Amino acid sequence: MDILTLFVVVPALTILVLVFTKDLKQARIIALIGMSVQFVMSINLVIAYFKERKVNDDIMVFVKDFVWFEQFNIHYTVGADGISVAMIVLASIVVLAGVFISWKMEDLPKEFFIALIVLASGVFGFFISLDLFTMFLFFEVAVIPMYLLIGIWGSGPREYAAMKLTLMLMGASALLLVGILGIYFNSNADGGALTFNILEIAKVNIPVAAQKLFFPITFIGFAVLGALFPFHTWSPDGHASAPTAVSMLHAGVLMKLGGYGVFRVAMYLLPEGAIIWSNFFIVLAVIGVFYGALAAVKQTDLKYINAYSSVSHLGMVLFALLMLNKTSWNGAILQSLSHGFMTALFFALIGMIYGRTHTRDVRKLGGLLKVIPFISAMYVIAGLASLGLPGFSGFMAEMQIFVGAFQHPDMFHRVATIITVSAIVVTAVYVLRVVGLMLMGPIKNIEFNTLQKVTWYERTGLILLLIPIVFMGVVPIWLSDMIRESLEPFIERML
Amino acid sequence: MTLESFLLMRQELILLALILLLVIGEIFSNNKKGLVSFAIIMFAIHTVIGFLPMDNGTLFGGMFKTTTLIHLFKNILNVGVLIILLQSADWINEKIVKENKSTEFFALMFFSLLGMYYMISSGDFLMFYLGLELSALPIAALVAYETSKRKSAEAGIKFILSAALASGTSLFGVSLLYATTGTIYFEEITQVITYSNLSLLGFILFFSGLAFKISLVPFHFWTADVYEGAPIAIASYLSVISKGSAVMILMIILFTVMEPFDMVTHKMLYIVALATMFIGNLFALRQQNMKRFLAFSSIAQAGFILLGILSNDQLGVSTVVYFVGIYVFTNLAAFGVVQSISLQTGKENMDDYEGLYRTNPKLSLIMMLALFSLAGIPPVAGFFGKFFLFTAAASQGLYLLVFLAVVNVTISLYYYLLVVRAMFLRKSENAIPYFENKFYMKLGLLLAVIGVLFIGLYSPIYEYIFEISIL
Repeated sequence: MDILTLFVVVPALTILVLVFTKDLKQARIIALIGMSVQFVMSINLVIAYFKERKVNDDIMVFVKDFVWFEQFNIHYTVGADGISVAMIVLASIVVLAGVFISWKMEDLPKEFFIALIVLASGVFGFFISLDLFTMFLFFEVAVIPMYLLIGIWGSGPREYAAMKLTLMLMGASALLLVGILGIYFNSNADGGALTFNILEIAKVNIPVAAQKLFFPITFIGFAVLGALFPFHTWSPDGHASAPTAVSMLHAGVLMKLGGYGVFRVAMYLLPEGAIIWSNFFIVLAVIGVFYGALAAVKQTDLKYINAYSSVSHLGMVLFALLMLNKTSWNGAILQSLSHGFMTALFFALIGMIYGRTHTRDVRKLGGLLKVIPFISAMYVIAGLASLGLPGFSGFMAEMQIFVGAFQHPDMFHRVATIITVSAIVVTAVYVLRVVGLMLMGPIKNIEFNTLQKVTWYERTGLILLLIPIVFMGVVPIWLSDMIRESLEPFIERML
Repeated sequence: MTLESFLLMRQELILLALILLLVIGEIFSNNKKGLVSFAIIMFAIHTVIGFLPMDNGTLFGGMFKTTTLIHLFKNILNVGVLIILLQSADWINEKIVKENKSTEFFALMFFSLLGMYYMISSGDFLMFYLGLELSALPIAALVAYETSKRKSAEAGIKFILSAALASGTSLFGVSLLYATTGTIYFEEITQVITYSNLSLLGFILFFSGLAFKISLVPFHFWTADVYEGAPIAIASYLSVISKGSAVMILMIILFTVMEPFDMVTHKMLYIVALATMFIGNLFALRQQNMKRFLAFSSIAQAGFILLGILSNDQLGVSTVVYFVGIYVFTNLAAFGVVQSISLQTGKENMDDYEGLYRTNPKLSLIMMLALFSLAGIPPVAGFFGKFFLFTAAASQGLYLLVFLAVVNVTISLYYYLLVVRAMFLRKSENAIPYFENKFYMKLGLLLAVIGVLFIGLYSPIYEYIFEISIL
């Protein structure tokens, strides 16, 4: 079996074994083993990728191709470039951390881990797919378990949030289906056969009229998952109601499917459409960035703050992608990764704080630094990474995005960039406000004096997420190499 | 005509022999429960034999025709009926045997199936009409089979009246077509038919008769009431077998006989497809009774099927047949769960399903798979069926229609999730307690679930259907 397909097979096997487990102890051990294997495989993949790159100059490496439905020319095609390898590493780390964080899942533990891993396998499948059909298939596999995960194990208005999230995302995937079919039926524009294969379609010059029609459809189809304004409303409700591990996986990984899909499918396959529509979507992205940041300032619920901050950060990813130049693309991908680790860390911490204090309202919290120093310190670090402090992952990403964005000399792009940059200031406001209210100051509630210290499994999960954040901020060379090479085909096709 | 050529009617003849055997058994045997098992086992053997390959050919001067595709379709119907029989065996044993009319149940159902065989194999309008009537009349009796229930009798009357009206309309349409062409043979009509107002009227009247059977909007009003009143076995029979065979013959006639009306049918199907999807889905949103719920869902599914029929080529035919095949398994899985719960507890409302997962995890999982398949969520079969139907429609450039169809998929997802919500998300004090299904029911559910899980993922099935999809 090839190195990429294993990323879907291992979760599938894990699920199979999980079906036969009896209680929480067995379930979490199996889930831990499965996802650790996945994590080791992803590290191995990075090493294998660098080895392969030395001898292999193709756009995608580790390509494997099997015919599935011959009549429609649907293949099971997998392959990876630097971007997808990086995304796979992100996903495997966040899932593993998620398993640690869910160590004490009381209600229906077996089902919880099964649903979580189904979601993960959808995500992995999406990142390795080179065929639009299988990509779409994995996309839906990744979305639908969210309904059960939020609905069964969530809190607050969980039924409402689960339904809203599922319907909006599935509605988006419905749009996406039209877009994919549109691309498919135009993939023979140069006289070849109809195909779903991304690499094949990228060689075809799809007629401009078709690109103009299908670009926005495909773009929105993916970007809803990337919290594009005004389709972001599922995200705060969904995150706030979801259990901790699900929020982590969802904000950290699942939302990245949006940006990745926009880049790999909508923009790469429909470049002329992207150029025609870019200004329109830049406006939406900028609104998203600024509005998300402002909304985060006003919120009092920790999860809502972080959810709106995600809207803001992911808006920045879309903004950077639409800037259509190499530097900001580089930044967009770094931002995706950085936000993935950072927000997963945030949600993990919020889950721990909530589990101890039973409130997520920042006004009721205070002085936590004195009672749970480890968790509090981690929160400060995550916050600093979020506002782009040098030395953490966020800085590298945002720096590149804005350097890229400023390369456009015209008024429109300048204004858009300035608004986006100023959102960073707002980010600082809401991050520091929470840190001040929640961690500093006097202890507001006597019960807080007896909060439980951080446990070993929580510590493991947090450190797993912290390492990449620091790594990306301090030695980003490897990652930049990986991404820069992989951007070449995009540059060739679009610029 | 040699004796061997009768082998082309093998399916029909074996089924007829089976019916005769049952009637003889009813006269001479006192062990009615034994007869139930006998009927099911014999039908299972009939289903297996059906999968032996058969030649293409025609009989009786073109009245009866069979091709590989038609043969395959009969097999799909067979498997569907087999699953229905397995799922309803316990119900028959518990309720119907007491009233001493179990054998008639099988005889009527098989007669109706025989009618469907003839209907989809017909080569002229006479045979078609014969098959249509033979398939509809026994169902009317079956719908009213639970004579102790008022609703069942009411549903029977509703069904027979509207079915009679529909087939009368259809027959009138056929007579108009005969008036304009002077023949009732499909092959001859194809050559002489031209576009005229009279022939168009004939065609539309004919179409409405079939639209009634497929329960397309605006001919759908009977569906929900009849499904609700009828025994669940018959409701599921109506929703998959009856609907499937009507789709098949509609497709054959549209693509071969009615070619000259291409432009009209195209517009007509476009509008009917949209209306069927929207109305089916919107009415399904607020249903509480599971049978009514599945009735409206099956109306909406019929709208999706029309998307494939709009693509007038091999691709369209193959996707429709494929979808119907998947739909048979999927809907029967859902109906099977409803039936098993209804039989054990008498509960048929969505509220009663609350907390079902915690007491009956297996049944809930089957139901969830079935609903996901109906909603078109991967990796279960329904996803592939829908995706290919939409591909067929998109291949004709009907992107707007595909878009509206996927909007409908999202709407439908809402109400399918309502059932999932009741089963999985809710906790209930008086949830349906745990119960063990009997052997036949287990087997019936198992067959349906295997279909739901594997028909999509295993691609040679679709490729085979595509190869033989020549009308």
